[in-house]
Amino acid sequence: MEMQAKMGKLTARERIIALLDKNSFHEYDLFVEHSAKDFGMESKVLHGDGVIIGTGTIKSKPVCIFAQDFTVAGGSLGLMHARKITKIMDHALKMRVPLIGINDSGGARIQEGVNSLAGYGEIFFRNTLASGVIPQISVILGPCAGGAVYSPALTDFVFVVENISKMFITGPSVIKSVLGEEISMEELGGARVHSEITGNAHFFAKTELECFEQIKTLISYIPRSNAKKALAYPPKPPLKGKKIEDIVPVDARIPYDMRDIIRTITDGSEFLEVMELFAPNIIIGFGRMDGETVGFVANQPMVLAGVLDCDSSDKAARFIRYCDAFNIPIVTLEDLPGYLPGVDQEHAGVIRHGAKILYAYSEATVAKVTVILRKAYGGGYIAMNSRHLRADFVFAWPTAEIAVMGPEGAANIVFRKEIAEAENPEEMRQQKIQEYKEKFANPYVAAAQGYIDEVIEPRDTRSRILHALQVSENKSVFLPSKKHGIPPF
Amino acid sequence: MSEEKEMKELIIQGAVYQTTFTRKFEERIKWEAPNINMLYSFIPGTIIDIFVKPKQKVKEGETLLLLEAMKMQNQLRMPFDGEIVKIHVKKDETIPNNYLIMEIKPKK
Repeated sequence: MEMQAKMGKLTARERIIALLDKNSFHEYDLFVEHSAKDFGMESKVLHGDGVIIGTGTIKSKPVCIFAQDFTVAGGSLGLMHARKITKIMDHALKMRVPLIGINDSGGARIQEGVNSLAGYGEIFFRNTLASGVIPQISVILGPCAGGAVYSPALTDFVFVVENISKMFITGPSVIKSVLGEEISMEELGGARVHSEITGNAHFFAKTELECFEQIKTLISYIPRSNAKKALAYPPKPPLKGKKIEDIVPVDARIPYDMRDIIRTITDGSEFLEVMELFAPNIIIGFGRMDGETVGFVANQPMVLAGVLDCDSSDKAARFIRYCDAFNIPIVTLEDLPGYLPGVDQEHAGVIRHGAKILYAYSEATVAKVTVILRKAYGGGYIAMNSRHLRADFVFAWPTAEIAVMGPEGAANIVFRKEIAEAENPEEMRQQKIQEYKEKFANPYVAAAQGYIDEVIEPRDTRSRILHALQVSENKSVFLPSKKHGIPPF
Repeated sequence: MSEEKEMKELIIQGAVYQTTFTRKFEERIKWEAPNINMLYSFIPGTIIDIFVKPKQKVKEGETLLLLEAMKMQNQLRMPFDGEIVKIHVKKDETIPNNYLIMEIKPKK
């Protein structure tokens, strides 16, 4: 226990108490013990078999929770340990309340052999059944290695803490002996790696207590189950800060921080960003508008010019599906030059990754509102919740440019001959870019087709979105009956 | 993203955008066309035997050397009829992945 404390780790019980409302925790199966008989296990007593399960509340909302106890046999997972977890999972699904799992385990209990593997399988199966029915949250507060990583991977949100969380399929020692590559645990599967590089984690914190605050905030934004709407909070206006019309430079090549725009739209300028460090060229997260939870998907011109690529498509697509499953309307803020060019992107499968975002938006039946701020070029325009994927409302600022590509690229293609034959090709090129800009770099061509419902002033953005959401309150659409679709993975 | 990042230029379809790069983008591996005359290791391991010498003529499919990795003896074979130009490894040498083992050239 002292070792745990030295690493900045709380004990399993301290964690539950810190996370749940005061005096709300009720523990079950405290007297469960393992029944293993081999390798000297028969003489060992493992209290509660290394995991604590129970129910409680967070901000007065009920939750089911389990926490693995690293101080009991390294939190290793044996048959009874797994049975306790699956019991609370079944309970969460039956009662339609969120499930929170705190993972801190050395892995399978080898002495229990195939029974521990069976235990993992039973957990994965329940994670899958519960997916899209109740919110499932995984908190990685210690090692989570080998097969154990797949339970968090099947859940909705994974929380990690710097220097404490470690997740990998094969650890550094195996990698070294087989492949000769030397790497530390932190570099291989630490909190930062999973938040920034792999995309396995959704929330990054510096301490366990900061992590618990993040969980409490998240719980406040999401509904208890897919049969409910998220609880509404008292409405409040955005804080008086930067004016929305002053944030976006007119020149489409100059960046700004899209989060500043979101903060001018949300109640109290509050925004809970999800996966902040992974693929930051797209922003996803929750805010409230008139007290109701809204999911935001927005291009970030500040990073990689806001392009769509493999990672940002994965990130946005999964979030869209989350919002759709849990009755959270989606607001899309668009300003992107298209897809990221590059051999690495093509070879990494940007076609199938990019397709996910099309699939997710098309399939989503919650209210879908899009605001085009500046650039909306090519495939990116279609992907970002366009009318064609059944956006309910599409608004555009007067600075919006909806076109197959930007003026620079388009002029080079459309006027290739004129530019090549001109006495001064560069001068001709600039002239043709200007010509194209005047003709197509505006929202009115798309508006004339009805692809955009209205050209709005930037300062009216919040009120127009609010109205659109209000009108969409009773939205009801019917998709063709099917067992399930086959989304690109 | 809280740290201030240096502004970089990203060119997309002729337009130059001011923006920042991610660590993942900057560390991406630049693609190079493979050179069929260079034989690289596809896995780290130990060279346990070499069957050819420089300037030796070799037929397609002939085994050039044995690379032991993960307890498996992998045969490295000649991809086409040709000649050995240079051998960059020695017997019993342990090599990493993607290491230049041998230069070869096709028959004229």
